Amino acid sequence: MIPELGQLALILAMLLALVQGVVPVVGAWRGNSALMSLARPMAAGQFVFVALAMGILVHAFLTFDFSVGYVAANSNLALPWYYRITAVWGAHEGSMLLWVFILNAWTLALTIFSRQLPEAFAARVLGVMGFIGLGFLAFIVFTSNPFLRELPMQPDGADLNPVLQDPGMTFHPPVLYMGYVGFSVAFAFSIAALLGGELEQAWVRWARPWTNVAWAFLSAGIVAGSWWAYAELGWGGWWFWDPVENASFMPWLVGAALVHAQAITEKRGSLRSWTILLSLFAFSLSLLGTFLVRSGVLTSVHSFASDPRRGLYILGFLVVVIGGSLLLYAVRAPKVAGGRAFAVVSRETAVLIGNLLLTTAAAMVLLGTLFPLLGDALNLGKVSVGPPYFGFLFNLLMLPVVLLLPFGPYLRWGKGDIGVLKPVALRAGLAAIVCAVIAFLFVDAKLKAIAGVAGAVWACVGTLLYVIKRWREMPRGRRFPAEMAGMLLAHFGVGIFVAGVMLSESLSIERDVRMEPGKIVQLGSYDFRFDGVRETSGPNWRGDEGVVTVMKDGALVANLHPQKRTYTRGQVQTESAIDAGIFRDIYVALGEPMDAGNREGAWALRLYQKPFIRWIWLGGLFMMLGGFVAAGERRFRTQKTRSEAGATVAEPAA
Amino acid sequence: MNPTRKRRLTIVLLVVVAAVAAVGLAVFALQQNMNYLFTPSQVQGGQATQYKSFRLGGMVKSGSIQRASDSLKVSFIVVDADGAMPVEYNGILPDLFRDNQSVIATGSMDGARFVASEVLAKHDETYMPKELKDAMAKAHKNKAIDEKADMEAGK
Repeated sequence: MIPELGQLALILAMLLALVQGVVPVVGAWRGNSALMSLARPMAAGQFVFVALAMGILVHAFLTFDFSVGYVAANSNLALPWYYRITAVWGAHEGSMLLWVFILNAWTLALTIFSRQLPEAFAARVLGVMGFIGLGFLAFIVFTSNPFLRELPMQPDGADLNPVLQDPGMTFHPPVLYMGYVGFSVAFAFSIAALLGGELEQAWVRWARPWTNVAWAFLSAGIVAGSWWAYAELGWGGWWFWDPVENASFMPWLVGAALVHAQAITEKRGSLRSWTILLSLFAFSLSLLGTFLVRSGVLTSVHSFASDPRRGLYILGFLVVVIGGSLLLYAVRAPKVAGGRAFAVVSRETAVLIGNLLLTTAAAMVLLGTLFPLLGDALNLGKVSVGPPYFGFLFNLLMLPVVLLLPFGPYLRWGKGDIGVLKPVALRAGLAAIVCAVIAFLFVDAKLKAIAGVAGAVWACVGTLLYVIKRWREMPRGRRFPAEMAGMLLAHFGVGIFVAGVMLSESLSIERDVRMEPGKIVQLGSYDFRFDGVRETSGPNWRGDEGVVTVMKDGALVANLHPQKRTYTRGQVQTESAIDAGIFRDIYVALGEPMDAGNREGAWALRLYQKPFIRWIWLGGLFMMLGGFVAAGERRFRTQKTRSEAGATVAEPAA
Repeated sequence: MNPTRKRRLTIVLLVVVAAVAAVGLAVFALQQNMNYLFTPSQVQGGQATQYKSFRLGGMVKSGSIQRASDSLKVSFIVVDADGAMPVEYNGILPDLFRDNQSVIATGSMDGARFVASEVLAKHDETYMPKELKDAMAKAHKNKAIDEKADMEAGK
């Protein structure tokens, strides 16, 4: 009975979304306040019903209600309670419900914080949010109902995919979805501006923190996913240019461009139509990402069984949202466009160059990701695009981004002086060269590592020089407003990230070896001794646990216990063992017994030493932090009137 | 030409040059990194000869997995409905690699053997990569059509 209530709640939420998507927009068009005022109660009601459905699904998982097909397929009597909660979004139906739940939470927050906006504009924004909710709720109700009963009932349930039974998986999807869904605010805002035919700078100021927070969440989600892949997939890689990773990375790249473009539009009024276009792209790519991952069109770890009805619906929805918004843009953008002109040497130009590089990178990733689908459709055969394609083009595009990164803040809005950049370039360049020489003494002629050190020092020192300049020149209390601090943190994070990527990729030592118990293998300056495997077990798995002792010059460094688990349904899962450190990770994963029957004999082991790999995620966390800090800018919260908008000239971009 | 127009022309030219460079580089990088998927019977039918590196997809033949006694070298046979191909690999096989499971190996031919640099198995026990399923079905269908034509030609 209870699961049917969940379904009923979803249907009711869908009907409310329909009203929210249509009535307030019509009201805004007709100038009818009564119709417009429906937006907020509808949004609140939708949230209540979707939250109810979410709660009912969680309840079904916690009480082992295996008469619900989705619960039976994704949990098991032996699955611990915390993984039964994360199992809610462990497969297609539940992850769609989570998406719409997060969308509703954002919309609810919008209804509270949108009171300072003009009535018609707010009604349009909430209407667009309602329309997106409608699209997802109809998708769930008609094609992906998580509450569907399955009779006869399975007695003890299948199980959650063991790859997902990991603490990293608890955060990854919700945080990532916070990012995807967060871009819907910028999208709704842009559609509302296009519909209304005008764009006030004050409204952009209102939209900025939402975009920053969404981007920060997306950063966190990608970092969590990357870390999870590293720890859980057992290959020790942190990024594979896999379609699903690309799916989250494209909106991130466009989102990074959008965060900067919005800053220009808010402060200077320039580049309005570009900002709107980026908002449309960021959200379209988020949608594309969600569906590419979940629809099974692309072969990957995350894709679930596909159903042709779902594919068709998704295609239709994407066409309506992306096609419709671009059409609206084509018709209405000239009305909204405009703004102050700026000189070739100005902060606007610097940001614009960065924007173009980031969006080109996103387009390049899109091409590589969709090319296999394209090849299939054009009957070119079954093609896949290898990681070197992405690696080559991405590095090529990001090189100028890192080189130009320190300069942006030094240039003035409108018309800058290129001369101010000279001392910065000299000092940061000198620091980079000195550090590159020191690196050369340590790592010999490994060009990639040296280039990485130079690039990282360049970006970090360039950013720090600006911190010093602000500290000296600005009066106390006005030195680092939140927005400025956020930008500096994120830029600093880019430097750390560059160091992490280049150093870990060039200095890693990876060896797959065959080891008999008692054998010692030397890897870099570490000795690995393998003392065989012992049996171990968990709530819903049994497994073998290797005993590996890591020593350096005879002194113990770590005892590592990599596992090979066999879960209830017979799925095998590798659990790597990692001794983490700021300057290096030692990573051991268990392969298979070399002689299938003999667990006491030799095993295949992966022994990795990965210098600086944590810096990759540390850099990502700095960028995330930058996004959150910048969103806390006081200026975003004050309710300025039109006349004041755009008057603050000397403020920096975040 | 007045200065404004001249400046605009320069900008347009720069944009065109940048766009051409970007597209050119992307196409170049794509061509270098495209990997086609073939099944054993397609490879033996000569479809893969023009590619140095490609992906081989099929099922692991039951009982064909053989390990070296002193290293990580392993050999196995990948089959589809109409062909079989010996594969060599030096490394750790994925968790879900076993007899009668679908597998995709990336590598190149060495004589009649396929030497794999990477081996991927499917992610769970019910799932077969769609592209592999399609490729295997297509290879089998074409073969059936060929055989029918051969029979009709009186061979």
